Amino acid sequence: MKPADVLVIGAGPAGLAAATAASRNGCRVAMLDDNPAAGGQIWRADITRPHDEDPARAAAIADFHTSGAALLPGRRIVDVPSPSTLLAEAGGHFETYRWDRLILATGARERFLPFPGWTLPGVFGAGGLQALVKGGYPVAGKRIVVAGTGPLLLAVAAHLREYGASIVTVVEQASTLQMLPFAASLLRSPGKLLQGAGYRRTLGATPYQTGCWPISGQGDETLRSVTLTNGRRTWTVECDLLACGFHLVPNTELAQLLGCTLQGSFVQVDSQQQTSVAGIYCAGEPTGIAGVDAAQVQGEIAGLAAADCSPPPTRLLARRAKEAAFGRRLTHAFRLRPEVLKLASQETIVCRCEDVTFSQLQTRSNWTDAKLHTRCGMGPCQGRICGSATEALFGWQLTSVRAPLFPIPVSAFCDESSSLNAPSAR
Amino acid sequence: MPDQQIVIHVNGSPISVPAGSMLSAALLMASAPCRISTTGEPRTALCGMGICLECRAIVNGVPHTRTCQTVCQEGMRVETQS
Ligand SMILES: Cc1cc2nc3c(=O)[nH]c(=O)nc-3n(C[C@H](O)[C@H](O)[C@H](O)COP(=O)(O)OP(=O)(O)OC[C@H]3O[C@@H](n4cnc5c(N)ncnc54)[C@H](O)[C@@H]3O)c2cc1C
Ligand code: FES
Repeated sequence: MKPADVLVIGAGPAGLAAATAASRNGCRVAMLDDNPAAGGQIWRADITRPHDEDPARAAAIADFHTSGAALLPGRRIVDVPSPSTLLAEAGGHFETYRWDRLILATGARERFLPFPGWTLPGVFGAGGLQALVKGGYPVAGKRIVVAGTGPLLLAVAAHLREYGASIVTVVEQASTLQMLPFAASLLRSPGKLLQGAGYRRTLGATPYQTGCWPISGQGDETLRSVTLTNGRRTWTVECDLLACGFHLVPNTELAQLLGCTLQGSFVQVDSQQQTSVAGIYCAGEPTGIAGVDAAQVQGEIAGLAAADCSPPPTRLLARRAKEAAFGRRLTHAFRLRPEVLKLASQETIVCRCEDVTFSQLQTRSNWTDAKLHTRCGMGPCQGRICGSATEALFGWQLTSVRAPLFPIPVSAFCDESSSLNAPSAR
Repeated sequence: MPDQQIVIHVNGSPISVPAGSMLSAALLMASAPCRISTTGEPRTALCGMGICLECRAIVNGVPHTRTCQTVCQEGMRVETQS
């Protein structure tokens, strides 16, 4: 029997672990990612510190390479032309990939909530600014407010501080009381506690204001100040940049296009990380937001399952359960307060692609109605940003996912070298 | 910092950036918007990870290029997209 061809989508911690496990157990494995390098979000390559490798990242990438799996970066999956093929767009041309087993490790993105001023240059996502800094954007000497919710805020603030930024304040919308059980539970996860302590040390005397959130950003051409509140009083701080994100939302669009069942917002998986569709597995953030350790253990279980090494070892199952519990505490601790869902004013742009304002959307009855009448969600982000926003503002549920998953450059249709029937991954 | 610098052209003006920089970062260094929105607002990168498409610009003549997933190359020409 020929070895199974396993295709892994997403080269973050989950994808790397999955590809390594499947390849070590006899499969032919190819892993695709839309970024120029492997690592996903947490292990995004830092161009300014090429020699300063995170040991966990270095180990995962070395294991991946020695396993014999192939990395195919710079490729974005845009469509599912038939049940066992995927269409990728790579630098303006198409490629088709066949698979026997498919592992989806597409990660998560930040949740953005609109507030007056959020479209000004100088306002970024929290992880977004971190990614830009890793891509070479210098922030030394810049005054930065970090705001929103989630453990990412402290990680980002510490990172920006290391690059010489002056962190004006870190504002976390969750109250101390709400976060207390989570903080206490960290005592059971010494690794995570140490990481948190490291961030605090880097941040020194930088304020961490819980129960506070941004209500507007001011500036003409670019951001000059941010107004914050704790619900009782408001105050304005001057700054050069605002890094603002409200925790994470899973990237489930590809899974949905493949017909995988969702459970709430997440991809439903069984004990072997298999989705509702036979032969398709899912690991990491699309199955629940629980951090890097959860992503790695789920990835390994998925990789083993795709290689028919079942049942999964009990030590992996125990680790997965522990990390899932961590994820549930995380979600609970950083749940959104109602006030942050309603920050937009009448003139605030909600759909950034098509510049649709809150007042234009207010009179619409649902997502489809809004799309038809205002073009909200019809732009190139295809509702990935405004969808979470309108869900928060109006409670609208997004309707079904359609191909292409991302806009395709016209050149891809004209390129004769596009291999619409390329054989398997390798 | 990587030692090597390369030159790219942002809206016609040359700027020197560290080799390996993302184009979105280079546009921020040049204080140039990536695109002008439908109502005329300047926009720069938001998510940094290929999702929001606020960072799209015209790169070597190709519009709608996500600059946050494009590495700068010597002599590259990038223009704000409107
Ligand atoms: C912007 C950002 C920054 C973060 N920074 C940190 C941090 O500093 N510390 C921390 O502990 N956690 C951080 N996180 C949380 C982080 O998501 C997890 O800790 C961890 O990276 C999850 O691993 P994963 O493998 O599930 O997903 P990811 O690491 O997100 O990997 C998924 C990969 O799949 C790719 N992908 C998705 N869809 C497609 C497609 N259609 N075609 C091709 N490729 C695709 C993505 O580009 C990505 O590279 C961050 C999250 C975000 C969104
Ligand atoms: S900054 Fe969001 S897609 Fe590039």
